[in-house]
Amino acid sequence: MSGEKGQNQRSSESLAQQGPGGGFSQTHAQGKAHAEQPAHFAFDEDSEREVAKFVARYPAGKQASAVIPLLYLVQKQMGRQTGSAWVPKVAMDVIAQRLGMPAIRVYEVATFYLMFNTKPIGRFHLQVCGTTPCMLRGSDDVLRACKDAGGLKGYGDTSADGNFTLTEVECLGACVNAPILQVDDDYYEDLDYDRTVQLIEALKRGERPPHGSAIGRQTSAPAGGPNTLTGVEEG
Amino acid sequence: MALSDKDRIFTNLYGTQPWQLRDAQARGDWDGTAGFIAKGRDWIIEEVKNSGLRGRGGAGFPTGMKWSFMPKASTDGRPAYLVVNADESEPGTCKDRDIIRHDPQKLIEGCLIAGFAMNAVAGYIYIRGEYFNEAMVLEAAVAEAYAAGLLGKNAAGTGYDFDLFVHRGAGAYICGEETALIESLEGKKGMPRLKPPFPAAVGLYGCPTTVNNVETIAVVPTILRRGAGWFAGFGRPKNAGTKVFCISGHVNTPCNVEAEMSIPLRELIERYAGGVRGGWDNLLCVIPGGSSVPLLPKHICDDVLMDFDALREHKSGLGTAGVIVMDKGTDVVRAIARLAHFYKHESCGQCTPCREGTGWMKRVMDRMVRGEAEIEEIDVLEQVTRQVEGHTICALGDAAAWPIQGLIRHFRPEMERRIRERRGLPLAAE
Repeated sequence: MSGEKGQNQRSSESLAQQGPGGGFSQTHAQGKAHAEQPAHFAFDEDSEREVAKFVARYPAGKQASAVIPLLYLVQKQMGRQTGSAWVPKVAMDVIAQRLGMPAIRVYEVATFYLMFNTKPIGRFHLQVCGTTPCMLRGSDDVLRACKDAGGLKGYGDTSADGNFTLTEVECLGACVNAPILQVDDDYYEDLDYDRTVQLIEALKRGERPPHGSAIGRQTSAPAGGPNTLTGVEEG
Repeated sequence: MALSDKDRIFTNLYGTQPWQLRDAQARGDWDGTAGFIAKGRDWIIEEVKNSGLRGRGGAGFPTGMKWSFMPKASTDGRPAYLVVNADESEPGTCKDRDIIRHDPQKLIEGCLIAGFAMNAVAGYIYIRGEYFNEAMVLEAAVAEAYAAGLLGKNAAGTGYDFDLFVHRGAGAYICGEETALIESLEGKKGMPRLKPPFPAAVGLYGCPTTVNNVETIAVVPTILRRGAGWFAGFGRPKNAGTKVFCISGHVNTPCNVEAEMSIPLRELIERYAGGVRGGWDNLLCVIPGGSSVPLLPKHICDDVLMDFDALREHKSGLGTAGVIVMDKGTDVVRAIARLAHFYKHESCGQCTPCREGTGWMKRVMDRMVRGEAEIEEIDVLEQVTRQVEGHTICALGDAAAWPIQGLIRHFRPEMERRIRERRGLPLAAE
């Protein structure tokens, strides 16, 4: 991994020298607010394959449509390389250059959409849904469990061991399996205090329990088993 | 009479069977698709009109009519697009998620048919970013359809070329609004556009575009296979069809279920979701159609029907059919205050009444939860909701106003009680 990272930095150096993206990082990344901002970013080989795939989905001249997919690729690559899935400013410049759009457009998108982390986060991103359907089913308990087991003070906090960042999210769209905790990309459903603590303890041990219902429900069917579609004939 | 399994469209709603193409075909998907397309655009649109299908994303606009607004042929070289709204984010709603992860071929087949009916060169399915695992299934299902010749050149042997792409959003409720979705798909912030021009004239990349909800598109193949009359046979007139309901909150067994339109709310809850926790008499209120529609107190829930017209008569709406149930133990003021927080968080900030109003309403609602207010402020709050409603580019302002209006309409005594209790005033309002 370290070799890959080194190579990555080299290739991004050449980018920084050529493009307006690199110029931005040199002039603005010195501000104290951006002390943690890396000076360079370049897509690695895995990401490059995906970049080509995404850009091809949009008509010629409309490559800006790929800005969200590319921001995801950056975030994922940062997670792979540094253990913290976030989008540094210099990477936004790389995207702007790649897609032929003004850098400000990329900054706007990266800051408008909640799912892009514009500063480093912990290894696991604990995202508690607190919207009414989850609230009615006990999301307060899920939040409390995250704080207790994860060593977190509250929303926006990252634990001292760097394992967890806690974020409140709005309705995740899995309301019949409420309450939900989203860990990175995965939904853990039908939680309560104890089940949430167990999940977080497992994450600490390096385990990744299967996502979905924590009480063994068949997805969105009623607990105890479906009362419709019980004898569907095929064909 | 309850809907029988043989009349359910989403036979794999719970994912008890594999989602893969071969299994989907065994369930009947992609059967005779080329034959429907051979009958032509007008026939498809007419069938959809006759079925009485109304958009399943919340607004309930007649689908066949919406498709008929698209230009029959390009006169200026601009292509047309189909966009599927899979940005399912309305609190209380999680039906499209099941369609995407368990029955994706119904959606893909529907895209081909709808795309053909509106002369589209391509379709984009805009799926909310949080549905990562669902998007992976959908991507794989689209790839399977391409590999089987069901998409792309001469799609499904129809002689019609149609491409279909999956596009992930990144966490913004506003992108469920169709013009915000188009902006987002173009690589911008999801800020709604002024209408007119409507997307059917100027939509994605400035081209004619129709945006439809996942469920709307996914039911079309079955409607064509079983006939418009079959679909129209469920529900009351102008409220036709079957519908996936999401029943969440204080019921014994929350679930998604496909039932007939116009089913009584009480039957829906008791037959499919195990009834209200603690029994029907323990019911306080229900939000019947996703968070944007006003709640209904128990006495209305006793006999209201779940369709567009019946719920509108009670100043609420079917919306997305996300049924949020609250029992008598609920802090209903807090439940609605949390929705006020949601709309404040999700306002895109473009229109002043919504940007400022949602924050103001949230702050006042937070005080109402604790009773830290004057009685007169309830009226001020109501007036502010009226100043937001109808004064914004998109419906988010309305959606933020309506839940609060519903609370004041039906639970004003509870709001007053908290204020009196806090201020040490006599509790009897009379």
